[in-house]
Amino acid sequence: MGADAVFHVEGLRKSFGQNEVLGGISLELHAGEVTVLMGANGAGKSTLVKIISGVYARGAGTMRLAGDAFDPQTPAEAIRAGVVTVHQNINDGVVADLDVATNLTLDRLSGKGASMLFKPANIRAEAKAVADRMGLAIDLKARVSDLSLADRQMVAIARAMAHEPKVLILDEPTSSLSSAEADRLFSLIDRLRGHGVAILYISHRMSDIRRLADRIVSMRDGVISGVFDQKPLDYEGAVNAMLGRKIHLDRVVARSSASAVFTAEGLRIAHGAKPISMTLGAGEVVAITGLVGVGKTALAETLFGVRRPLAGAMQMDGKPYAPASAREAIAAGVFLVAKDRTESGIVAGFNIERNISLPFLKRMSSLGVMKKRAERLAARRQIDELGIVCRSEKDELSALSGGNQQKVMVARWMSQASRLFILDEPFQGVDISARRDIAAKLRASADGRATLIFVTEIDEALETADRILVMSEHTIVGEHRNADIDLDRLLAEVAGGPLHGVA
Amino acid sequence: MNSSLAGRATARERSMTLRDYAIRYGFIILLVGLIAYFAIAADGFASPQSAVFIFQSVAITGVLALGVTATLVVGGFDLSIGSVATSAMMAASYAMVVLEQNAIVAVIACLVIGVIVGLINGWLIVYMRVPDLLATLGMMFLLLGLQRIPTEGRSIATGMTMPDGSVANGKFSEAFLALGRHRIDFFIPNLIPVSVVVLVVLALLIWFFLEYTRFGRMMYAVGSNERAAELAGAPVKAYKIWAYVISGVFASIGGILLAARLGRGDIASGNNLLLDAVAAALIGYAVLGAAKPNAFGTAVGAVFVGVLLQGLTMMNAPYYTQDFVKGAVLVVALVFTFALSGRGKR
Repeated sequence: MGADAVFHVEGLRKSFGQNEVLGGISLELHAGEVTVLMGANGAGKSTLVKIISGVYARGAGTMRLAGDAFDPQTPAEAIRAGVVTVHQNINDGVVADLDVATNLTLDRLSGKGASMLFKPANIRAEAKAVADRMGLAIDLKARVSDLSLADRQMVAIARAMAHEPKVLILDEPTSSLSSAEADRLFSLIDRLRGHGVAILYISHRMSDIRRLADRIVSMRDGVISGVFDQKPLDYEGAVNAMLGRKIHLDRVVARSSASAVFTAEGLRIAHGAKPISMTLGAGEVVAITGLVGVGKTALAETLFGVRRPLAGAMQMDGKPYAPASAREAIAAGVFLVAKDRTESGIVAGFNIERNISLPFLKRMSSLGVMKKRAERLAARRQIDELGIVCRSEKDELSALSGGNQQKVMVARWMSQASRLFILDEPFQGVDISARRDIAAKLRASADGRATLIFVTEIDEALETADRILVMSEHTIVGEHRNADIDLDRLLAEVAGGPLHGVA
Repeated sequence: MNSSLAGRATARERSMTLRDYAIRYGFIILLVGLIAYFAIAADGFASPQSAVFIFQSVAITGVLALGVTATLVVGGFDLSIGSVATSAMMAASYAMVVLEQNAIVAVIACLVIGVIVGLINGWLIVYMRVPDLLATLGMMFLLLGLQRIPTEGRSIATGMTMPDGSVANGKFSEAFLALGRHRIDFFIPNLIPVSVVVLVVLALLIWFFLEYTRFGRMMYAVGSNERAAELAGAPVKAYKIWAYVISGVFASIGGILLAARLGRGDIASGNNLLLDAVAAALIGYAVLGAAKPNAFGTAVGAVFVGVLLQGLTMMNAPYYTQDFVKGAVLVVALVFTFALSGRGKR
């Protein structure tokens, strides 16, 4: 669109210590347009948003809002200047214990010129004006804690709009909404677009992006890797630019497997999603790839017994497999290296040895008393095998680098033999050498079990797997043998092209 | 990369030495210093009798503190231990004095109360999702009231008049009283009270349980990262409930010792049990720089409080300064744990 940009970013840089997170970002937003920003985890999206919204100071570069220099020192300054951000966590944007009217006018309760007294009548009148302008049909007297997530989101956005901003930033606003709720949000966004607001919309959900985007900007490794503004928009190109491909790619020699270890029939993991059927064979490494939020973790947790499938059946070695807990899954030989090691893997109070032995205490004890020698030997063996850099098996995990911490998590589940070994985003927050070590170890030890890894980055799948399955909209939409892969088709599947339709 | 990492680690070690020492041995040194000071300043402090007296004075709070340590390990807390102990004391007295039962029945009744209260606490916290402090606070009030209902608020002693006008003629059995009063010969005749033996045995048991069994190990894992423990296949809910059962049972054993020492069901007793026990367990965080709840630390913490109070008493410090001193020691211990070691932020 030819309109002059209302908001300009030029050569924005930001480093944390040695680590450069943004390497010169240039971006423009136009009035009355929705610009979608796409980027994998760690691409630098949230850093960019935090700089624009005044949370972080920028390292270098300029920002201009409607022709004037824009240099917010605090979030409040950014808001006053007309740049408003609605953060991903809905509850950051509203105060749950207050009513809707007070929430809508909250920003006027403090700051210069605010009245000492709380005047309910004024508040309600102001709130009504805001709500009418936004077409918000919510009882102003209702307490926010009684509202649905979507309604809270609406209130948070309406509250942001009370400042009559020129630029509105929405950070993954639909990540916790149902599709009907998201539709309401989209009509609100259409309305704002009609009012001439420049909107920066951050999302991974292809259905949202298809519905809303006027332009798409892809980010990768701290730089803009693609700008797409020619209609019809090139969605696959945008996904490709976001996930990217490196030149030095270690390709694997794809193996195929004869004997099935795990099968799933008609597995449904979300309402309205198509069923999943798959077979995993002994000795093969299978990667499931797809964007954030397409249900990869939900599927991993279903296989590991943490979640129950809505429908369908699973089998391990020909026998029915319906684990009701992680405990039952482990007993059946299904192990999971969970996503986000700090949250769901590492026991911070334990050293390496104790972190490794954690799931297998029963096997390493007799009559309940720990066999410390067996524990120590198992830990030492894993430290050697995975090349964990540490002084000894008694080191605390906080003393290790991210890559080594992740190796400990993998080592934990490799210290005993499994039938189905699942790893959810095993390369997240891991440096390249640790990633190669882990991938090589997975492939070298793959015999006798089925290995399943969930990764967002296609590179990681190409480097590790014999077979790649693509997930979109909570189901599997494509399958590729990792040899002479048709990457264009794979990317089209990741982007959820119309090829497959939407249920 | 390997060598540079190791190099940095050793450099950091060297620079941290003094501070590490302070964190690790600070409290032990403080305890030894305190004993040395009292031995010089207070006549008769450095005698076997005095040592035994200290142990006896901390036996009951020590047992309670060991129980509450189990709940701290799983990341919980138990405020009901004091009232569990006094409820057990009243129940034991009621069983023997009013119902004229023998010592075994009285002891079993107390233990059953401990188990039931622990199960209810665990159920409230795990299944009803009541925050641990609030659930056990509620239980504390409930028990404080409940233990007074059978006698309409009166203390229980042989010959008391019951609400219906009858006279309770039962009495504490000798075997039961021995738990609180009998002393075992140990080099010196009549030296060590049974209650101290109970404390030492329970301390060794819970220490072994927490440090050397897989159940104890998993309880620490649950307390440190519940989700990780769950994904490692641990029945997290069961472990949490068990921790409260351990706490309840230990508190009821404390109540048995209290009843045996007093020889009556005194509704006014046991006021300090909760705070002293919690103080001992929290001081235990600082012992040997553990920065986590642990049985050895709890035992040292209990002895520390005992030494302090005995020493102050022998130096004729007024009784009302004792709570102040205990509180000050607790605050210092917490600073050791959370500020100095920096590992407190779990």
